[in-house]
Amino acid sequence: MSLAIETERLSKTFGEKRALDELNLTIRSGSVYGLLGPNGAGKTTAIRVLSTLLEPSGGRATVLGLDVVRDASAVRQKISLTGQYASVDEDLTGQENLVLVSRLLGMSWSEARTRAAELLGAFGLSDAKSKQVRTFSGGMRRRIDIAASLVTRPEILFLDEPTTGLDPRSRNQVWDLVRQIAAEGTTVLLTTQYLEEADRLAERMAVVDHGRVIAEGTSHELKSSIGGNALRFQLANPAQREEARALVSRVVGDTVLPNTDPTAISVTVSGASVAAEVLNALSNARIQLTDFSLGAPSLDDVFFTLTGRPPEQSASDKEVLP
Amino acid sequence: MSMDDLPNHGQGLKLSARPQPAGALSTVFTLAWRAMLKIKHVPFQLFDVTVTPIMFTLLFTYMFGGALAGSPEVYIQFLLPGILVQTIIFITVYTGVGVNSDIQKGLFDRFRSLPMWQPSPILGALAGDLFRYSVASLLIIGLGLILGFRPAAGMFGVLLAFGLVLVFSFAVSWIWIIFGMMVKTPESVMTTSFLFLMPLTFASNIFVEPKTMPSWLQVFVHINPVSHLTNASRGLMHGTDVSADIVWTLAASAVIVGISAPIAMHMYRKER
Repeated sequence: MSLAIETERLSKTFGEKRALDELNLTIRSGSVYGLLGPNGAGKTTAIRVLSTLLEPSGGRATVLGLDVVRDASAVRQKISLTGQYASVDEDLTGQENLVLVSRLLGMSWSEARTRAAELLGAFGLSDAKSKQVRTFSGGMRRRIDIAASLVTRPEILFLDEPTTGLDPRSRNQVWDLVRQIAAEGTTVLLTTQYLEEADRLAERMAVVDHGRVIAEGTSHELKSSIGGNALRFQLANPAQREEARALVSRVVGDTVLPNTDPTAISVTVSGASVAAEVLNALSNARIQLTDFSLGAPSLDDVFFTLTGRPPEQSASDKEVLP
Repeated sequence: MSMDDLPNHGQGLKLSARPQPAGALSTVFTLAWRAMLKIKHVPFQLFDVTVTPIMFTLLFTYMFGGALAGSPEVYIQFLLPGILVQTIIFITVYTGVGVNSDIQKGLFDRFRSLPMWQPSPILGALAGDLFRYSVASLLIIGLGLILGFRPAAGMFGVLLAFGLVLVFSFAVSWIWIIFGMMVKTPESVMTTSFLFLMPLTFASNIFVEPKTMPSWLQVFVHINPVSHLTNASRGLMHGTDVSADIVWTLAASAVIVGISAPIAMHMYRKER
């Protein structure tokens, strides 16, 4: 097993603020790895340190065995970065941007033009090749930006919030791209606020909060680490929510997680029999339900359990229906 | 692995291995090409460097000409070599503005993560700026000739003066690069730089001989490198001996680059 990225007590401070606080990561080559966390958790700082843009204040980080500070230029030979903002020149056309990056990577003018045309085709941007990037839609910008990172094959691709602000269709396109890139053998490290995104793309992920890793593993491991199943139900009458919460807490012997939806309640239960007890108790108390489900906890539940805060963006809650 | 032996996945997203890294000269040249493309796509960028010089030359020639030298035709012989200096120094600010907007837009992040000679983006931007300075200089000199400017040393003298102005402007640009990396918005680069540019260009011998100024101001005017550059520009265009001013200007340029270029490159490599 070869390692793509390894960090050891990696720290970065900006004045008083500790953006990275002894972050430890071990990321295998050839996988998609997700860094998951709310805004300001330190995800972007981690990417910037790993892509040699920032020097760490403490600890160390290696990319493919190369130190990001000492061997920075060797690291740059092996990585590509797509930052949070489309890092292409808005004044230039899509084609010119790709020729520019190809040239900077050492291609001749004719090789650069050939490669730019190939990438524009692969990313569905051929029609827009002579348009300035400033006229592109959000999804097109993302694609040209990712294309610019794939002019040559990076061993590691850093994607900082690749789908933030994209509509669902563009998001799906980016997801497909990430899967293809990974299938070609490139290790992808992506940051995201969307739990669903990490769940769909990443084989393993680390939940980051306040510059530290607070949980690490596969999506399945993270979900089972909080134990039990998630019982969710919708109340017919929101006014009964407090009563229902108190009742459910008593039956389960655990606190009920708050929910932004005033008619929804979810709770972790140890098994189906406890779930039946809960439903029975609600029925006896004449609390009517419109819907209920029992399933594996979502990453939202994981996130809440670990950080005590709901995630910024809710992943879709359609898990398993009984 | 070559591009050809990779399977064609779905959309034909083929990934090719990295070629040999590009040489320093090649990357600087490519980034200068980018600067030219920006001018091609946003010709409005040239508005400032064309309209300002024309406006300044016309305005000062006809406003001050009669009062200061008896007639605009006499005054322009004195003014033109200086207005060239002032205008070009003013537009050096755009170097800093460009660097700042590249940083804000995340473009420098991409450049810095590429395996290329790190100073390339800055030198490429400067190369593009030298083109702008040339366009502006050409306009001023052309307009001057129409208005009756007759350089005694001929076109060769004018070219030498233009070359010296370029050298000094190249040096000053480095200062704005530092500004561009320090402040948050392109607008603040402009505002801050004008605080320095106004006194530097107006408290000089560009518009009038300093002998009627109060003595404290004369002291400033005499140490102001802009005055030496203006003297040199005048002398070169009109064929008088200004070797001392030329040496002074070259030395000042060397000092400015010697101090600001390493600072700028250090800031570029470090975090922001």
